[in-house]
Amino acid sequence: MARTLLDKVWEAHTVRTLPSGQTQLLIGLHLIHEVTTPQAFQMLKDAKLKVRMPERTFGTLDHIIPTTDQTRPYADPLAEEMAEHMFRNMKEFGLPLFDMATGKQGIVHVIGPELGLTQPGMTIACGDSHTATHGAVGAIAFGIGTTQVRDVLATQCLAMAKPKLRQVRVDGALAPGVYAKDVILWIINVLGVKGGVGYAYEYAGPVIDRMTMEERLTVCNMSIEGGARFGYVNPDQTTYDYLRGRQYAPQGAAFDRAVAQWKTVATEPGASFDDVKTIAGGSIEPVVTWGITPGMSVGVSQSIPTPESAPEDERPTYREALSHMDFKAGQPIKGAKIDVAFVGSCTNGRLSDLRAAAEVAKKGKVAKHVRALIVPGSQQVAKEAEAEGLHEIFRQAGFEWRKAGCSMCLGMNPDQLVGREMSASSSNRNFIGRQGSPTGRTLLMSPAMVAAAAITGAVADVREILR
Amino acid sequence: MSSSNATYARKQIAGRGIPVTGNDIDTDRIIPARFLKEVTFANMGEHAFEDAKKANPEHPFNSPAYKGASVLVVGQNFGCGSSREHAPQALMRWGIRAIVGGSFGEIFFGNCVMLGIPCLRVSQADLEWLQKEISRSPQTPLSVDVEKQEVRFGDRVIKATVPDGPRNQLVNGQWDSTAVLLEAGDRIEATAKKLPYVSGY
Repeated sequence: MARTLLDKVWEAHTVRTLPSGQTQLLIGLHLIHEVTTPQAFQMLKDAKLKVRMPERTFGTLDHIIPTTDQTRPYADPLAEEMAEHMFRNMKEFGLPLFDMATGKQGIVHVIGPELGLTQPGMTIACGDSHTATHGAVGAIAFGIGTTQVRDVLATQCLAMAKPKLRQVRVDGALAPGVYAKDVILWIINVLGVKGGVGYAYEYAGPVIDRMTMEERLTVCNMSIEGGARFGYVNPDQTTYDYLRGRQYAPQGAAFDRAVAQWKTVATEPGASFDDVKTIAGGSIEPVVTWGITPGMSVGVSQSIPTPESAPEDERPTYREALSHMDFKAGQPIKGAKIDVAFVGSCTNGRLSDLRAAAEVAKKGKVAKHVRALIVPGSQQVAKEAEAEGLHEIFRQAGFEWRKAGCSMCLGMNPDQLVGREMSASSSNRNFIGRQGSPTGRTLLMSPAMVAAAAITGAVADVREILR
Repeated sequence: MSSSNATYARKQIAGRGIPVTGNDIDTDRIIPARFLKEVTFANMGEHAFEDAKKANPEHPFNSPAYKGASVLVVGQNFGCGSSREHAPQALMRWGIRAIVGGSFGEIFFGNCVMLGIPCLRVSQADLEWLQKEISRSPQTPLSVDVEKQEVRFGDRVIKATVPDGPRNQLVNGQWDSTAVLLEAGDRIEATAKKLPYVSGY
């Protein structure tokens, strides 16, 4: 019987079936960062346990680091304490840390693929829900909590139930000015923020096939916003071309042998899925969220829906969203005034994202009332962008060019919304309070749309600016 | 860290209820990111729903009527979003021992199991009834039976579900999983060695 990538990777990593009926699943790559690990290391110390496979564990600093002055000690003593713990724990347990001095620091989900740590056929876990990102190369990658981080450190395993599998096909072709971010925001709009609960998503179809690796990373990144704990794309030539030559990828003849093996990992023709959903790629336009969940979105030419248009049990959330955002049902999303523009995050902080935003930035200057930040996803992304002169384009247009980190995606560093500020953001969550202000507001969109909003001072249609 | 153990078994939890209404309540809402800048979970209980409490004086976590409640009753997709274990840690340290709801974010659900907090699913009609009745009568005893998959409020027994795996873990006291996973011994390394990316291409 034809098998899926999920079937094959799951089986290869199954250590045994646990008494509970769950699978004891081996984790091939464990990525860690400063926020969700100090408690796990303490639990390990309390239990006098070692890290089971230190050679399969890699760390970075991303969530709390400032994006202006990154010299230590950090101005925020709480952030400094977390960094201090990270350095100390990594040293004590003999684990590699990609800190600032290595030139390889960055958001954990940007550096994993970038360094070639992330490879097809792997199982990957990290104490961060956006670990799904790594599925873009054909891996099973998911977020875990801190007590599970302890389990992976101590046993290199997790107790997991195999999810059902839904193939999400994006057919046709995307229109100009429509990006990978619009595709995933639209998938979440159609299938719902809890539509993926209990499922893994296999993204497929012509639109996904034609995507670059960075675009696939953006799509897989937001699987969790659609309720799916992980999502993946089958490895293909795009995957192999992306990985060739990367530091931790197999080198030379070993790379060719790896490709031969990776080809065997992909879902086989005729494999069956628990569910298949198809989205028409050609019907997607630039998408903007208007509410307080990533599923509350509209095409940029559309208006904010009425609560009555939603299923009855969703209506209270719609009303809460309209009230929090200070929007009226029926109001066009285009023209909604913004105060802050943020390009960055593990969703859209890669080189191609910065290039797309820079194309738009060339067309104007940041509106006077807007504070605009460009935060590269990693030191390497920053370096490559600077080599192309993107930082100069941004600066000339009035954007701030920052250093790598998670930044305003979640506001754990000084990059936060203030009060009721409205942000046009290339990040992944528009939850109330997400960007650091309890009353702040977030509109999610693609990096190009963020740049368009920055120079317009309000939500704009990037297609009109690029035309 | 324990294996099968009577003190870890989570068969029944009895107490009083506290309703938090609404769907898609994410873990940023349960505990905003700016409170995660701590290297222990010790103080997380103080920050449970902190911004929501400030924004809404009527928030149930502000109400003296629910002081000492241990069973949280929520809507659909509760705990979606960020994987932060700080969210269930905050609820647990506030006093929550079990959660009853329509559905749960998967990572949140798993984190709760790891802390021995059962999350039970009930129908939309039942959760609405429960939330209404609890707010009408906060002192009425509310209990959950993980083994029988039931929620009892006053005289009424409501059908609930917990998937087999987590239910077995909770009922048998095997939710604290490190010891269970370690029992696999060198089968862990044996599985790793068979993987081409571990053994070398």
